[in-house]
Amino acid sequence: MREPFASAIAANRFGLGARPGELATIGDNGPDWLRAQLLGGAPALAGDLRPSQLILREALQLQREIQAARKAAGNTPGAKGTQVAADNAQQKLPQLLRPIYVAEVTARLSWAVSTDRPFIERLTQFWTNHFAVSIDKQFLTGLAGSFEREAIRPHVLGNFSDLLLAVETHPAMLLYLDNHLSVGPHSPAALRLERRGGARRIGINENLAREILELHTLGVGGGYTQKDVTTFAEVITGWSIGAQGGPFAGGEPGRFVFRPELHEPGAKVALGRRYRDDGLGQGVAVLRDVARERATARFIATKLARHFVADDPPPAAVERLANAFAKSGGDLPAVYRALIDSPDAWAQPLAKYKTPSDYVISSYRGLSLPVDAGHAPLAPFEVLGQRAWQPGSPAGWPDRSPDWDGASALIQRLQWAEAVGGRLGNHRDAMQLAPQLLGANLSDATRAAVAHAASAAQGITLLLAAPEFMRR
Amino acid sequence: MHRRQFLSVTALAAGGALLTRVAFARADERPSRFVLVILRGALDGLAAVPPYGDRDYPGLRREFALRAPGEHGAALPLDGFFGLHPSLVFLQQCYSERELIVLHALASPYRERSHFDGQDVLENGGLRPHASQSGWLNRALAAAPATARGEAGVALGQNVPLVMRGPAAVTSWSPSRLSALDEDTLARIADLYATDKLLSTRLADALAADALAKPQPAQAKRAPYAEVARAAAGFLRQEDGPKVAVFDTNGWDTHANEGGAEGQLAGRLAALDVGLATLRQELGPVWRDTAVLLVTEFGRTAAINGTRGTDHGTATAAFLLGGAVAGGRVIADWPGLAARHLYQGRDLAPTLDLRSVLKGLLAEHLSVPSRALEQAVFPDSTAAKLLRGLVRA
Repeated sequence: MREPFASAIAANRFGLGARPGELATIGDNGPDWLRAQLLGGAPALAGDLRPSQLILREALQLQREIQAARKAAGNTPGAKGTQVAADNAQQKLPQLLRPIYVAEVTARLSWAVSTDRPFIERLTQFWTNHFAVSIDKQFLTGLAGSFEREAIRPHVLGNFSDLLLAVETHPAMLLYLDNHLSVGPHSPAALRLERRGGARRIGINENLAREILELHTLGVGGGYTQKDVTTFAEVITGWSIGAQGGPFAGGEPGRFVFRPELHEPGAKVALGRRYRDDGLGQGVAVLRDVARERATARFIATKLARHFVADDPPPAAVERLANAFAKSGGDLPAVYRALIDSPDAWAQPLAKYKTPSDYVISSYRGLSLPVDAGHAPLAPFEVLGQRAWQPGSPAGWPDRSPDWDGASALIQRLQWAEAVGGRLGNHRDAMQLAPQLLGANLSDATRAAVAHAASAAQGITLLLAAPEFMRR
Repeated sequence: MHRRQFLSVTALAAGGALLTRVAFARADERPSRFVLVILRGALDGLAAVPPYGDRDYPGLRREFALRAPGEHGAALPLDGFFGLHPSLVFLQQCYSERELIVLHALASPYRERSHFDGQDVLENGGLRPHASQSGWLNRALAAAPATARGEAGVALGQNVPLVMRGPAAVTSWSPSRLSALDEDTLARIADLYATDKLLSTRLADALAADALAKPQPAQAKRAPYAEVARAAAGFLRQEDGPKVAVFDTNGWDTHANEGGAEGQLAGRLAALDVGLATLRQELGPVWRDTAVLLVTEFGRTAAINGTRGTDHGTATAAFLLGGAVAGGRVIADWPGLAARHLYQGRDLAPTLDLRSVLKGLLAEHLSVPSRALEQAVFPDSTAAKLLRGLVRA
């Protein structure tokens, strides 16, 4: 390791960007500073945030009211009153979900900006992106934040297998990837419908099963077939969400529930193993086994190394992480320690181009920007092209430079940097902050540019525009 | 410093990136324009272009099957066997004006069912995911005949998608919601980036694009692609602007409640249709020199799944439209939808290699030499024979 760079790498690559004074705290021992963050439990977000069960219960209730109002309007077309009632009902869902989203984004940003365990927060965001949900689906606007708090955060310093199970049984994931709608073709419910001469055939939806194998565990090319996907989809039929009414009434509203009446019965062979049918346990057993596969260890290791080492991670680093994963049975702190111990992770001081989210959070931390109330905290993420919890696909945000270093994206960053500079003016001294944020990475050119800035505001803009601040 | 002046200075500072200029000329010396629209998420080709003449189609699609043209909500007429989804009103008009070719049962060489790998193959032009760090469109631009005018291509979006990454100079553009940068600050930033190859190139590209674009007011929610279409047209209309544009559309991954003549997919198709109509209108006289290709990574299952949607499949449909297109026809070697003809018993079987279409288009529309097409642009593609006659001679 090149010692002078250790504190800058620890704070900016493994952490979320140095706060003033942080590099001094780290001193010349970046690895120890990171290892210390792994001790103690995983931190929870402070603030008045609601559990997903309550949010979902209310949202499901509203959805039923909306449907009822629509039906009433449809039954009496032309009647103005019922149409107005239907339109009003329609508005209630965003009125419920949007403020929850704003509160969650704000709480998450406040924590990221203030935490003195930024490595844990970066890991949390890594896992949230690995198990991505996206607010493109309306209900997810209200659930993405609580999903992260309930399924990801408690397990970030635990075992991968527990993290996986928490994620795949969380209502947000089941909703996002349609599993609550998936029905075993020979399940009691399907057979009952058939006896009644139901015209509508019901059956499986393989969305969640495929993404678990492709994106969450084995990775594409991880040795599974289309048959494995279909069978696994059958295995997890019945993994659903409790509701008060509707076709799938039952269970505690808003909570995960296993519905035997939707589950495809029978023993099944998936991924080369036979699983007897013990209801919920069948899918849990598949998840536990998949979590231990060598392909899963490699897939997770590759993604972690891409995030923390380089866009094209050196094979040695991947191998080291995969071995730590396999040897420890998926103990995540063991994998993180292997990452800290990888010489490759410390070799190139600025190997990674920051994502918009990295850029915004590191700016907030470095300049001690206040996290305002209201919608303000959402804006920079939206303008710079990475709206919170909206990667737009279950693959999550990409993690390589060409995905983020576009010409237009750069201009958006610079314009935002200029707005930040204008807002702070002479309340911050860029000259004094530059070495505190960038440490050994601070170049002579940046030092000179900031020193010769025409105004305090311009100095801040140039600091945020510096090549070494664009990267981590 | 004046922005225009400044622009030329940064262009030089960026290692002359802007001086590598490419344009395309056909026999009549009017340069061809090309727009690539990527439909991310796997478009359901059997819903967008329903083969209502196939006897097995109604059984697979059940209550969502579109009826033969005629009544309200039925498919729009094409050739008597295939129809268009009723949302695609503008495309149908193009077809009747012989400016649309509908392609069906086509697929890229990719035969698995991952969106992300499928899109990678769609864009990298090779046989496998991650076969290349550059895209076929960029490599084609690099191989196309160069003149002294015009930057090669523009991506409408903050970042450049894989298909447009590579050796040829391209840029990206998206509407800015912030005030323009201060000229003096900009000059200082350009200085600061002088020794940083990536950032200096990006900055120069951005300023060049900014000078060409015509920002427009934000569009209504119902026409999400109109703004991007207008911006694309703004670039392509310029005499010394880029001749090739690419943009993305999303939301085609219809696993549940896909709908039929109405519903989720119908809404998306309608928005796309409006976007394309806007593109033609905004291109004005340049439309007659333009070809627009709409492609997706793969198709969806032939049958409706258990949740009134469709899962990941194989072959699908594509659209080629524009004033330069020799249209008014459907190109499809139809494999049939009987169970025994389905790929792996579940998907529409591919009978046309997407690369054949791309090769034909790049050769005849953008004058890319066939040697380059076979080697640099689409390596390992000898099996995919170049498809001729897609554009007007």
